[in-house]
Amino acid sequence: MNDSRFATRSELIGILVLAVLLVVILPLCLDVFRLNLVAKYLTYAFVALGLVICWGYGGILSLGQGVFFGLGGYCMAMFLKLEASSVENTKIQSTPGIPDFMDWNQITALPFFWKPFHSLTFTIAAVILVPGIFALIIGAAMFKRRVGGTYFAIITQAVAAILTILIVGQQGYTGGINGMTDLRTLKGWDIRPDHAKVVLYFFEVGLLFACIFIAQFVRHSKLGRILVAMRDQEDRVRFSGYSVANFKIFAFCIAAIFAAIGGAMFALNVGFMSPSFVGIVPSIEMVIYTAVGGRLSILGAVYGTILVNFAKTSLSESFPELWLFGLGGLFIAVVLAFPNGLAGIWGDYVQPRISKLIGTRKPKSDWTDNSVADGAPAE
Amino acid sequence: MLVGHQPKPFLLSVEGLTVSFDGFKAVNDLSFYVEENEIRVIIGPNGAGKTTVLDLICGKTKATSGLIEFRGKDLTKLKENQIVKAGVGRKFQTPSIYDDLTVFENLEISYPRGRTVFGALTFTRDAAVRDRVHEVAEMIFLKDRLDMSAALLSHGQKQWLEIGMLLIQDPDLLMLDEPVAGMSVSERAKTAELLNRIIKDRSVLVIEHDMKFVEDIAHKVTVLHQGQILSEGTMEKVKSDPKVIEVYLGH
Amino acid sequence: MFGDYSIGDLGSIFVMQGFAGLILFSVYVLMALGLAIIFGQMGVINMAHGEFMILGAYVTWMTSNFFQSYLPSLFSGYFFLAMVLAFLASGALGMLVEWMLIRHLYKRPLDTLLATWGLSLMLQQAYRSIFGAREVGVELPQWMLGSLHVTDAIEVPINGVFVMGLTVLITIGVAYIMFRSRWGRQVRAVVQNRIMAGAVGINTAKVDRYTFALGCGIAGVAGSAFTMIGSTGPTSGQLYIVDTFLVVVFGGAASLLGTIASAFSISQTQSTLEFFMSGSMAKVLTLLAVVGILMLRPQGLFALKVRK
Repeated sequence: MNDSRFATRSELIGILVLAVLLVVILPLCLDVFRLNLVAKYLTYAFVALGLVICWGYGGILSLGQGVFFGLGGYCMAMFLKLEASSVENTKIQSTPGIPDFMDWNQITALPFFWKPFHSLTFTIAAVILVPGIFALIIGAAMFKRRVGGTYFAIITQAVAAILTILIVGQQGYTGGINGMTDLRTLKGWDIRPDHAKVVLYFFEVGLLFACIFIAQFVRHSKLGRILVAMRDQEDRVRFSGYSVANFKIFAFCIAAIFAAIGGAMFALNVGFMSPSFVGIVPSIEMVIYTAVGGRLSILGAVYGTILVNFAKTSLSESFPELWLFGLGGLFIAVVLAFPNGLAGIWGDYVQPRISKLIGTRKPKSDWTDNSVADGAPAE
Repeated sequence: MLVGHQPKPFLLSVEGLTVSFDGFKAVNDLSFYVEENEIRVIIGPNGAGKTTVLDLICGKTKATSGLIEFRGKDLTKLKENQIVKAGVGRKFQTPSIYDDLTVFENLEISYPRGRTVFGALTFTRDAAVRDRVHEVAEMIFLKDRLDMSAALLSHGQKQWLEIGMLLIQDPDLLMLDEPVAGMSVSERAKTAELLNRIIKDRSVLVIEHDMKFVEDIAHKVTVLHQGQILSEGTMEKVKSDPKVIEVYLGH
Repeated sequence: MFGDYSIGDLGSIFVMQGFAGLILFSVYVLMALGLAIIFGQMGVINMAHGEFMILGAYVTWMTSNFFQSYLPSLFSGYFFLAMVLAFLASGALGMLVEWMLIRHLYKRPLDTLLATWGLSLMLQQAYRSIFGAREVGVELPQWMLGSLHVTDAIEVPINGVFVMGLTVLITIGVAYIMFRSRWGRQVRAVVQNRIMAGAVGINTAKVDRYTFALGCGIAGVAGSAFTMIGSTGPTSGQLYIVDTFLVVVFGGAASLLGTIASAFSISQTQSTLEFFMSGSMAKVLTLLAVVGILMLRPQGLFALKVRK
């Protein structure tokens, strides 16, 4: 066994396979429209990745990840919207130079909290910091008071509901139910044509792998093991000298920041942002991506996201009636029969056979054992 | 060893400790003192408040009133992890170990380094950690099982593992809640041997029902009854106390 | 925001809005009672609770249509039958769901949440396929439409008083079942120690099934009441599920009294605020207040300090 800080050998192979799939195979096989769809799916993979750390390892189920996805997305969208609302572009408005939806809502000057979003540096910082600090506040308030489990899930869900109602209700400041549409350029570079979509796709894949490596690092650090330990025996961890709340806050913040990066990439790749990605329904859907992929599997989260979304797109295109039945059934099936998702199926059924086939001597180990508790002492 | 302005020779002083749950006083105006390197056993009938006393000392339960002073620090004002840092270790009644981790990892988590979030992220498994884990694993009879998932251990082995986790923590005051409950005779003997070895250089507070075991290890015994002290002293003295015989030892 | 009104006006506004909030309060209480039983007593998070409510609403709608078409002479009394049918339909569905889904998940509360969410999606689609995507409204019998004239400024809607009275009756019934009857003791025994309860001869599987069914049945009655304040569509239930969970959690999950008090304060706050600002902002402020208070007092309004 090795003592790597990032990944075991089999995990490295897994990451490599995913890299080949995302960097080589998909771009070669898909046209730009489909590739852009994959880019859209992958924005959710960031959320799923965060949920693996927060929910899978830490046992903290957040049903409000859409909030962080939305905050990241809206921060980015505000910057893009401001750039698209130059005086020249908006000269037909009664107040030129402000976003169109403000003009429609009789707002005559740019609100103060919009102003810093003229700066890209500020925007990028805000994409990370706004959701990060928000998660820090919620996490500190909840975990310091030992609120967890189902209560936490319900409260995060309420936060998602509140933010959605707020965004929809304050349409003069947020674009309301339609969201922020008609995003055009990033620092003068048009994000809409095909070649831009391809560039953005590769940029996003790069970011995704950066996040995968961070997740791997967390998982293989002692912190990752403490998260797992906390999930089992919170009191034992506490009475071994750890501040359990701080570790939970950390896991929640990481998940929030990952989600926010996904949201920002969504605004760039898809060209708009709306409250329909913030509320309760999308937040729970994001959880199901993680559950389908395997709540304990970092790479599983990516595959789960792509597969569920692919199924959603194709099913809802051809059989819109069936889609909700399918999605609902998927939830139930995963929870009842495959609590470890695709990664569990892979580890339990597929991998042992492959090992047998190619004759590796690696013993078939219990999947959870293999994946969560990996890190036997180096000898 | 003592902090300067605290003249008391005691490691742990509990004074006037009271906790009430909705009016029910589980521990009522309790005072006792534990010296350095003393082994104190708390006995008493079920519901006497024994476990609650340990909960109060380690911060799991907050006292309604009273003082718990440990090396000059008032433990009632500290958080659980700060109490651990001050040097108090606690073993629970049912073995609390991490089923999803290996024996090695279970022990490693208790190693007193990298307890902050950042510290845990940058923690490295260096030679010092490995040596210490191996050393403790040998003491708790689990040397050959380091790579095994802790879920697969027997009940007795889980108890040992938790004791081992406390050893790695190296507390000045070790609190054990029924360490031999549910063990076979041979496991019990091994545990007594283990305890006798680990109580050197530290004070130990043990809750136990097994009188034979108590007699083997106790320096001093405190008998609790309905949240109050019924009797205190050497095992000989306590055993001959008529009040104790009536409520506890008599049957 | 109060500046433009005199003290007397304000008093009337509060009373009027208070009565306007009565039906909302009743729906909350009935929904939350069902959830308090399922979540507070059984520890199951039923995200499909809103869909059970909507089933009750659809049953009410169907009953009203049936009476209009075939028994117009008895139309004034249809509502009573509709409520019974709503209770039975939602209860029966609840029993089925418990048997097929919930009983496998008692040890994994967070997973019940995901599975019942899946269930809620399937139910929504089922409603859409059966009843259509359009929202339907229920016609009330004549005697329920008017309002009682109390003073010049204050008028009380009759259907509000009716639903209110009904809610009180159901609440008393539930309280009796859960806290006074032998069956309620069994439920609590199973909740506190499933294995032990089984060992002393309680049929835990049966207790679970009927408890779940009772909770769902009450949601069905809530659906009947719901038809008076809103039109029924496939996704109407989803809007209420978060509110209801907040009501239950805010009240302290195991306390019936807490559930009622929290349903009352939440519905009244919202209804009063609605007079002064837009509905969405009223909702935001109410939810924010609840979440804020829960962060300060996570155990809810009514909870005991227990020895663990």
